Amino acid sequence: MKALVWHGKEDIRCDEVTDPQIEDPRDAIIKVTSCAICGSDLHLFHNFIPGMLPGDIMGHETMGEVVETGDGMDGKLKKGDRIVVPFTIICGQCEQCKRGNFSVCETTNRKRHLAEKVFGHTTAGLFGYTHLTGGYPGGQAEYLRVPFADTTHIKIPEGLSDEQVLFLSDIFPTGWQAAAQCDIEPTDTVAIWGCGPVGQMAIRSAILLGANQVIAIDCLPERLSMAEAGGATVIDFKTESVMDRLQELTDGRGPEKCIDATGMESHVMPSQPDTILDRAKQMLMLESDRPHVLREMIYLCRPGGVISIPGVYSGFSDKIPMGALMNKGLTVRTGQTHVNRWTDDLLRRIADGEIDPSFVITHTVDLEHGPEMYRLFRDKQDSCVKVVLKP
Amino acid sequence: MYYVANIMRSKGDPKIVRSGPRHVPPANRLARSLGWFSIGLGALELFAPRRITRTLGMQGNETLVRAFGLREIFSGIMSLSVDRNAGLWSRVAGDGLDAAALMSAMTRHNPKKHNVALALLMIGGIAMLDYRGAQETARRPQNGRRRLYPDRSGFPKGLAAARDAARKVLSHTKASVS
Repeated sequence: MKALVWHGKEDIRCDEVTDPQIEDPRDAIIKVTSCAICGSDLHLFHNFIPGMLPGDIMGHETMGEVVETGDGMDGKLKKGDRIVVPFTIICGQCEQCKRGNFSVCETTNRKRHLAEKVFGHTTAGLFGYTHLTGGYPGGQAEYLRVPFADTTHIKIPEGLSDEQVLFLSDIFPTGWQAAAQCDIEPTDTVAIWGCGPVGQMAIRSAILLGANQVIAIDCLPERLSMAEAGGATVIDFKTESVMDRLQELTDGRGPEKCIDATGMESHVMPSQPDTILDRAKQMLMLESDRPHVLREMIYLCRPGGVISIPGVYSGFSDKIPMGALMNKGLTVRTGQTHVNRWTDDLLRRIADGEIDPSFVITHTVDLEHGPEMYRLFRDKQDSCVKVVLKP
Repeated sequence: MYYVANIMRSKGDPKIVRSGPRHVPPANRLARSLGWFSIGLGALELFAPRRITRTLGMQGNETLVRAFGLREIFSGIMSLSVDRNAGLWSRVAGDGLDAAALMSAMTRHNPKKHNVALALLMIGGIAMLDYRGAQETARRPQNGRRRLYPDRSGFPKGLAAARDAARKVLSHTKASVS
């Protein structure tokens, strides 16, 4: 079969690989009908997250049709079922899964010794996302083996297109969780840094969760226009002062809830000198992340507010203003997404026509063009916001 | 490399049979070559400054050469990174500094001024390559052809309906709590 394979920094190729095989009674194999390139795949493309090996298959936003199952499905999944695959692999039986903390499932990371060394404890296995999270082959391929498939799936009813439901695998629940963990109240202003796909979903989620005002911060006109269409007031950080505009829009109080949908690769530019220093340190391996957005959020968030971080951070961040964080009494909530905690509700909302996540798709191509699309998406060329691949 | 990684994969995991083409724009290849050249030259300047100053008749300027070496190494690392464009521009600026330093050695009394002239000529050539690389690796945002998405709300029933529905749910929740 064909698959998009990581060979090194900025080197993703469409390779011919062997087909996946069932290894365990709880495994299933799906024929992938749609998959997507995620913003966090770009961190791997740039080799900013350790633990990738040449030959690793990329991709954690995938859906398709079940073509083979192991013997341990207990009737939960059968050949012909159409499923979306959550990016977090879950056993459904450990204490964390029972609590709904699916992204820290204690069972599914098959290389848990690595995670325990780096994070202190194991976290869930993830598709196509380094050997720290199990080294599972990803879904940017024609076929995907889904481990623990009896629990790691979202069954899709008839009548919904791939484009409507594909993002239940990651970005929609990720944006939703980011907004949900803000505990939004009807008077709240929610400020969202980054209008990439997760930021766009967070904007819609904040609206659906009843925020009084949503403010979106980015510098790309196409992303700002999409954010505006979703109900956000926008700030272009290249032409406006984020601090002045946020103060103005919140009567000098600052936003009660802040969402970091940017993560470890903040935009580097001279008017944000800390980003230049971070980038220099990153290059010399003295720091793994560029946490400019985090610093800005801590500084600008209203005292007593909440900072929600769906953006990916990989390791160590310097110069975090802990004094401001502590003295302002801010609450920080973060984590990989507990996808299955939210998907029943989100699937119902899609089916009811409350939201259609396909709005974010700007490019649809076949798998062979995947490597070029990584560059196009990274370079923000051709007004690209989200790429869907059709194997 | 992937042959080794193939051995480490589990039985059911796909393994590479045939690798596809690598997509590397020519400008990136140029940046890579210039990056390694920069690191090599920087290392020479850092660790053998006397040899360089003797060749150019600039004895006594070893500290300056070492500083230039550090600058070259940093530019080289940047040119090899994903921020290659900044690395190449820093090389262009560095070429200017190198040229200025060499010009100061082009005096009548310098017995090695022929070497200096040769070095200046080389810097001129390399500066042209650096400039070309910097131009070609610039990520042009294509401002003129940007598409905007003002009609992509994501709410099939409209933004106002989405806001109303949310308000209703919130007021219902509040009422049931009180």
